Amino acid sequence: MPQSPPVDDLRALIAPYLDMEGPLLPILHAVQAEYGHIPAPAIPVIAETLNLTRAEVHGVVSFYHDFRDAPAGRHVLKICRAEACQAVGGSALSQRALDRLGVDWHGTTADGSITVEPVYCLGLCACGPAVMVDERVHGRVDDTRLDAILQEVRA
Amino acid sequence: MKIFLSRDSASKALGSEEVAEAIKAEAKARGITVELVRTGSRGMIWLEPLVEIDTPEGRLAWGPMTPDAVHRLFDLPEDDPLALGPTEDLDWMRRQTRLTFARCGVIDPLDLAAYEAHGGLAGLRRALEMSGEAIIDEMKLSGLRGRGGAGFPTGIKWDTVRLARSDRKYIVCNADEGDSGTFADRMIMEGDPFSLIEGMAIAGIGTGANKGFVYLRSEYPDAIEVMREAVEIARAAGVLGPDVLGSGLAFDMEIRVGAGAYVCGEETSLLNSLEGKRGVVRAKPPLPALEGFLGKPTVVNNVISLATVPVIFEKGAEHFANFGLGRSRGTIPIQIAGNVARGGLFETAFGMPLGELVEDIAGGTASGRPVKAVQVGGPLGAYMSRDEFDTPFGYEEFDGQGGLIGHAGIVVFDETADMLGMARFAMEFCAVESCGKCTPCRIGAVRGVETIDRIAAGDPAAAPLLTDLCETMTSGSLCALGGFTPYPVMSALQKFPEDFAGRREAAE
Ligand SMILES: Cc1cc2nc3c(=O)[nH]c(=O)nc-3n(C[C@H](O)[C@H](O)[C@H](O)COP(=O)(O)O)c2cc1C
Ligand code: SF4
Ligand code: FES
Repeated sequence: MPQSPPVDDLRALIAPYLDMEGPLLPILHAVQAEYGHIPAPAIPVIAETLNLTRAEVHGVVSFYHDFRDAPAGRHVLKICRAEACQAVGGSALSQRALDRLGVDWHGTTADGSITVEPVYCLGLCACGPAVMVDERVHGRVDDTRLDAILQEVRA
Repeated sequence: MKIFLSRDSASKALGSEEVAEAIKAEAKARGITVELVRTGSRGMIWLEPLVEIDTPEGRLAWGPMTPDAVHRLFDLPEDDPLALGPTEDLDWMRRQTRLTFARCGVIDPLDLAAYEAHGGLAGLRRALEMSGEAIIDEMKLSGLRGRGGAGFPTGIKWDTVRLARSDRKYIVCNADEGDSGTFADRMIMEGDPFSLIEGMAIAGIGTGANKGFVYLRSEYPDAIEVMREAVEIARAAGVLGPDVLGSGLAFDMEIRVGAGAYVCGEETSLLNSLEGKRGVVRAKPPLPALEGFLGKPTVVNNVISLATVPVIFEKGAEHFANFGLGRSRGTIPIQIAGNVARGGLFETAFGMPLGELVEDIAGGTASGRPVKAVQVGGPLGAYMSRDEFDTPFGYEEFDGQGGLIGHAGIVVFDETADMLGMARFAMEFCAVESCGKCTPCRIGAVRGVETIDRIAAGDPAAAPLLTDLCETMTSGSLCALGGFTPYPVMSALQKFPEDFAGRREAAE
């Protein structure tokens, strides 16, 4: 995963979106899917292509929780912190996960295997506590399930 | 042998994919040909993964299934503890009126022929024979109010867009579903996506818009995938495109993915986000119906509002309007979540009392302890106590109790819940998700967390301060994020004062 993508690669990545109405979010998602984050050198390229200022593009990137300015760990563990999961022990589960991994919210483990993010609802509120590892969902996660999930991810 | 198994993400979260593998393996070992149809969920989440076996007498339900128990399905002993009998005879199913969710859990969500065989596209075909004005009249007659939270009459919103003069108009579906305790949008998009597509097409035909967007939150990868596929299929079949079902009218749509901001569920913030801007809330007026996406007249409707349109046109507005209570017409898919014995989606006519939903339908708490509080309507909804259990489920009825039904999510807490902690969380959430435009929301929420911490530490001056702060947020916020956060906070403080006093006494 190159840190500073060549400008030509970025232009090619962006090109298919230019005919869209309101292309910036789809472009940012595409860049993040390709590079794992929004590399700083991408911002002027996107700005120039869309006829925006760098500050405008940067403002958009920084507004949204999803966009990262540095790559995440190899896997992203999202733990639901919202009310319905709290009603079934979500807070204790979060604490256990953070303790086990030795990180705080948004942190990445020392071995680079997992980044932990809070999420406010995964739509799995009738089977909480809920977590998502990359794009895979898990419901009714108790301590045993959590440990198994963490072990699988770190393997 | 024909077997139905849900592919809804709640089912996946509970192991449906492992069950699917076990079914295939068992069938192979026995040399039996099994047709495994992946459906949406019936909404009985506590029974997921739910397996249904097709029989001449109807579908037989088994659940919650585990890979180890799959072999028993093939022998079909009637006295098996996992055998639940005919799905349609289950209490949870029998007591519902499923209009919006009629097909969800029944058909393969991406099988357009099955969709049509179960009443799909009849509404769009009927609408295509009608004038725009007649379509709007039908919507007004149905009494449908927006299911995203505000409860604004859908027909009136559409009429504003229809009457606006413009070269371009848009239909924007709000699929940002950020409220905790809600998953109806997710379930219908994963389980019956064509109903949303059909509803958006009818909205387009009725208002003269020929382009639609679904703004779908990034936290729902399964729903994104199903919706994208469904749009392709609908386009290939001529349901979408330049000539909708051969009518000569055009309507097409795109799926757009959000980026993890709760406030982007607010319609003007959503429009900014769709345009590629920061998701900051816009002042109203102008109404999005007049100046919405890219400044053009735009319908913004919730997923459930739009997915309910096809059945209104299929069965007629009166059929729909005959259900309900007072000014809350039709049915509402109630999502029951949190600490409940039976959680899931229950669609019923407006009017069922809250207590019946919690104690009877949901069977009380999962923990077996008494219910302490119920939060209705997401993170901006009030906490209700058992004293309010006779409140009928309706917009005005909840408003009268200082609450709201919002997107119709119910989150149940047992007596171990710490309501000071929940009030603190509400403020913290507002601080994290504020778009930053108004000071009472941006700064007030941060102060709110600090003030609640002072209450917890035993500071007697802090509770009146919290009340003042909430008043400032209510009166000085542009949108309901800052404006309604006081609902959960103040309801917790007022209805559960012991949770705010205990620690103070302990500290003294
Ligand atoms: C902070 C905030 C978040 C909201 N989130 C959503 C949401 O996720 N989905 C939704 O449909 N409406 C949401 N709304 C309500 C929308 O602003 C708008 O009223 C709704 O999309 C209109 O559609 P409807 O008339 O079909 O309900 C939210 C409002 C606020 C203030
Ligand atoms: S109340 Fe909060 S979220 Fe709403 S517009 Fe103001 S700052 Fe933004
Ligand atoms: S509250 Fe956790 S999944 Fe909805």
